Amino acid sequence: MSVLDRIGSLRAEAEDAVADADSSAALEELRVRYLGRKAELPNLLRGVAQLPPEERGTVGRAANQARQALEALIEQRASDLEAAELDTRLAADRIDVTLPGEPPQPVGRLHLVTQTWREIEDVFLGLGFTSVEGPEIELVHYNFDALNHDVTHPARDHTDTFYVAPDVVLRTHTSPMQIRAMEAHPPPLYVVIPGRTYRRDSDATHTPQFHQVEGLAVDADITLADLKGTLLSFANAIFGEGRDVRLRPHFFPFTEPSVEVDVSCFHCDGRGFMRDGARCRLCKGEGWIEILGAGEVDPNVYSYVDDDRYDPEKVQGFAWGMGVERIAQLKHGLTDMRALYDNDLRFLEQFG
Amino acid sequence: MRAPLEWLSEYCDPGLPTRETEERLTLTGTKVEAVHHHGVAALEHFVVGRVVEAERHPDADRLSVCRVEVGGDHVAQIVCGAPNVAGGQTVAVARPGAVMPDGTKLGAAKLRGVRSEGMILAEDELDIGSDHAGIMVLDRLIPGGGDLAPGTPLAEVLLIATEVLELEITPNRPDCLGVYGVARELHAATRAALAAPPWADDPGAPGEIPGVEVRVECPDLNPRFTARVFEDVTVAPSPPWLKARLMAAGQRPINNVVDITNYVMLLAGHPVHAFDLDRVAGQRLTVRRARDGEEIETLDGQVRRLDHEMVVIEDDDGPTSIAGVMGGARSEVHDGTSRVLMEVANWVGPNIHRTSQVLGLRSEASGRFEKGLSPEQAMEAQALATKLMLELTGATLVPGTIDVGGEGPPPATIRLRTAKVEQVLGMPIARERQAEILQALEFATAEAGDGLDVTVPHFRRNDVYREADLIEEVARIDGLDKLPVTLPKRRGAAGRLSVEQRLRRRAVDALAGRGMHEIVGWSFTDPGFADRLRLDAGDDRRRSVALENPMSEQQSVMRTTLLASLLDAARVNIAHGRTDLQLFEQGKVYFWPEGGGAAATAANGGDPRRGGMDHRLPREHRSLGAVIAGRMHPQTWGTPEPPRAGFFAVKALFGAACDALRVPWSVEPATEPFLHPGRSARILAGEAGEPVGWIGELHPLVAREYDLDEGAAAFEVDFDRLLGHAVAVPAYRDLTSFPALRQDLAVAVADDVPAAAVVTVVRRAGGDLLADARVFDVYRGAQVGEGRTSLALTLAFRAPDRTLSDEDVAPVRDRIVTALRDELGGELRA
Repeated sequence: MSVLDRIGSLRAEAEDAVADADSSAALEELRVRYLGRKAELPNLLRGVAQLPPEERGTVGRAANQARQALEALIEQRASDLEAAELDTRLAADRIDVTLPGEPPQPVGRLHLVTQTWREIEDVFLGLGFTSVEGPEIELVHYNFDALNHDVTHPARDHTDTFYVAPDVVLRTHTSPMQIRAMEAHPPPLYVVIPGRTYRRDSDATHTPQFHQVEGLAVDADITLADLKGTLLSFANAIFGEGRDVRLRPHFFPFTEPSVEVDVSCFHCDGRGFMRDGARCRLCKGEGWIEILGAGEVDPNVYSYVDDDRYDPEKVQGFAWGMGVERIAQLKHGLTDMRALYDNDLRFLEQFG
Repeated sequence: MRAPLEWLSEYCDPGLPTRETEERLTLTGTKVEAVHHHGVAALEHFVVGRVVEAERHPDADRLSVCRVEVGGDHVAQIVCGAPNVAGGQTVAVARPGAVMPDGTKLGAAKLRGVRSEGMILAEDELDIGSDHAGIMVLDRLIPGGGDLAPGTPLAEVLLIATEVLELEITPNRPDCLGVYGVARELHAATRAALAAPPWADDPGAPGEIPGVEVRVECPDLNPRFTARVFEDVTVAPSPPWLKARLMAAGQRPINNVVDITNYVMLLAGHPVHAFDLDRVAGQRLTVRRARDGEEIETLDGQVRRLDHEMVVIEDDDGPTSIAGVMGGARSEVHDGTSRVLMEVANWVGPNIHRTSQVLGLRSEASGRFEKGLSPEQAMEAQALATKLMLELTGATLVPGTIDVGGEGPPPATIRLRTAKVEQVLGMPIARERQAEILQALEFATAEAGDGLDVTVPHFRRNDVYREADLIEEVARIDGLDKLPVTLPKRRGAAGRLSVEQRLRRRAVDALAGRGMHEIVGWSFTDPGFADRLRLDAGDDRRRSVALENPMSEQQSVMRTTLLASLLDAARVNIAHGRTDLQLFEQGKVYFWPEGGGAAATAANGGDPRRGGMDHRLPREHRSLGAVIAGRMHPQTWGTPEPPRAGFFAVKALFGAACDALRVPWSVEPATEPFLHPGRSARILAGEAGEPVGWIGELHPLVAREYDLDEGAAAFEVDFDRLLGHAVAVPAYRDLTSFPALRQDLAVAVADDVPAAAVVTVVRRAGGDLLADARVFDVYRGAQVGEGRTSLALTLAFRAPDRTLSDEDVAPVRDRIVTALRDELGGELRA
């Protein structure tokens, strides 16, 4: 058998053996057997110098090719075996993926009042209003007098308003900040005033403390139609696209004309009745839901502002005041406002 | 205000379905709160009947068995319990199938064994009167009643059903507290015709009334006093139509004279009072201020103590009534009254309001007077009362009218600029339309160059006195539904939150993000909180703001700390079995300043008109607080022993909020009366370490007060001050690519040396090259020695321009070790 034949048979034998190797260890053994220092093929390569010169080239080339082919084959086989072994190991390394995450990452919530406060505030920020806040304990001057409340206005009564002193009350609305804001900033003025307010009232729909968001826009030419547009934008943002608003004439001491604002009912889509013919429980068949009071700022109010730039012949504007709890109640179907201040986690966890 | 539609339609009948009438009124400013149905639900089965004969029931003395013609040749047998039933009477009959006002449906029944087909009716059974002494005998009650054919529908004869509008009348519109005023609104709102006012054609005339005298000693409080005298009055029940209208309007009939006073008030909107003239001592009435402490017994039988701001009407025997509020019993009209003095007087609204407030006494009269009626309305009511007295009581009018004070000031004329209307509303209203609306509301208009000159009727004098008020009138009647939808120009407006508002959101979001729940507590608390929190006598938090008129003792002072409301919330949840709690709150707290108002003014600049706080106001600031108790998270498969609430847990949560705000902060040991003395600290914010609050574990005695048996930890900071230290706009620092060199260092110090002191010394000694130093291990034990603690710190050294080697850092490390030894007695541990 020529040397070349021997190389050929060694290669064939080794290739078969590698293909049959079933573990990394067996493969390593084959590598030593066929390519190790004492193996035949490397010895043949080392012995090429002893061959007659005319054979050296052919044999050397053949032996070299055989060795390289074998090396590549072993490497390929090694990586195949490794991958298979990894698969087996991973398949055995199994966890119960249905167990809860660990360590737990508890989720907290903002209170529904805060959530709703922000929702309302954000709508008006987007409409170009700046948010300002003011004191909750307020002078009668700002809470009533400067807002054009007649001395007999029932809101002044001790039955309705909390008094701290004859001239100091817990503010009954966020409206006193209208005056304070105008005294602090010249026109044009666009502000919303969120905050806590107080009235002596306690039943399922009233709590002695509650929250309002006031709005005030004063410039040379702000009309009642602008109020309608602003509040329509608000209604669509808070209660969903397609809502309509309705202005109903009303009376407030510090606006003239004064209006109450209704939004078309989002439960029955303003029809007053449900598809099955039942009367809508949200708007009670009206098709409209009252959401706030508003109007053009009464000229008398400007005269209370200690700033000549608020001249009722030169500026005009609108104001509104809405209840945060009222909006939350409408959106989330609360039945008893008092639950807002019980701070029962079973309630708190539902919102925010 | 209840306006029966039947009554309203006598003066204005738009011929619309009730629903549309309701909508027109609501959309023009007279809100219909509800539409009630008064009387019987359906008119069927109520008929006129004629009693053919009435015989004693065989088995019951009080019952009669009647044979009653009910139309169509039918004679019904009806058992009747009324004592006054008799053959020949024309009566009101409810036949089987009729539904009574209370909802009961009548059927044929047997009464004591005798069959009865229906019921002969008393007025109270139809809700058209309050008498139940007997059945209504129509041939006596109604002119021509005896001629009515049996079977005639009862609704043609009696007001047995009407819709009643319940109206919300705003306080500026006392003229709408009468049916005619509402009719006028309806007229303007629908353009339906308005009938002449019921007080037109006054049968009376001016002039003195001999023998009767009225003296007004306080014309400032009694602008007008009118009186008329009626003789030969027969006090009797009112006719059915009047009773029915009063009932529908919610007023109980008494007798014709009293009913007339109520009817006039409900129709004309002005209260009226009837005196029995023979019981007016001296036939002289004097209107004067009461004397302080003077007492009077009012109609409701109560003795009232008056003061000199109140007005009484007295005769020669003393006061008989509190003017404008309530009459007295002494001169009340009674069954035997034959001479009546009808008083219609005008009073000053604010004064009546005060009297009613101080006495805690409200009446239909005071409710109207306090809103401000016009003096002219008094004579309208007087005229209407005169007509009714002559018509219904058989009285004759004594010639003359006492009229002290007379009419009010002449009407004002205001220019209504056509352009201004459009400028305010954002839509034009044609001048002709403006004139039409104003005239419908009984304003007089005259063309003027740039608009209309508008003269205000007396009954709107208090409400309409400026152009803006007229704009409202034309806008509301023309219809606000016509307003276009526009947005303001928003010149110079950039809607934004202030830096503080944004930071506040960020801080509370961080706490919620760490698993805490926000609560919103009451601003009010009970005064006992200070004792429960063991506050010292001189503690600032005892200077709470008390309410003059709290809802209850439990809510009688304003909170000075959020801890009270947080602990209240904790207790509520513990009561429900929720013992693992992580609650926080942001909200105001309120104090009277130390040293009173002057100190507060000095502290805040004072000028209330420039946003400073007036000295009369307490101080208030926003606070941020938290309470945690129980386990920090539920037991899980991986953490069977979850960490529990304690000092370090609450400190970590507070730290999360500060880190979110980029507020540098630290704590130093300090005590609060409500905290565990060994586990409490003062919170310092900013580089200079401004004290802003406290943090710690609750004192066990306080925890127990709130059912927190296993303890709790809490913090509270002045939120406004904390935010003042936030880095709202961080400045960029170059990123360095040179790695930090890290080394650990263990030092043993005495037990009472706080870790923060060690870190402070290390930082100061480390200088610029020391980028960070923090404690990662604390060890106490025999190896360190009694009374000593070993702290392990990890130090990071970094230079902006090169990679540091151990050799570079060695001198710095030596300085740190020396400083620890010299300043804190620290020994380096191997």
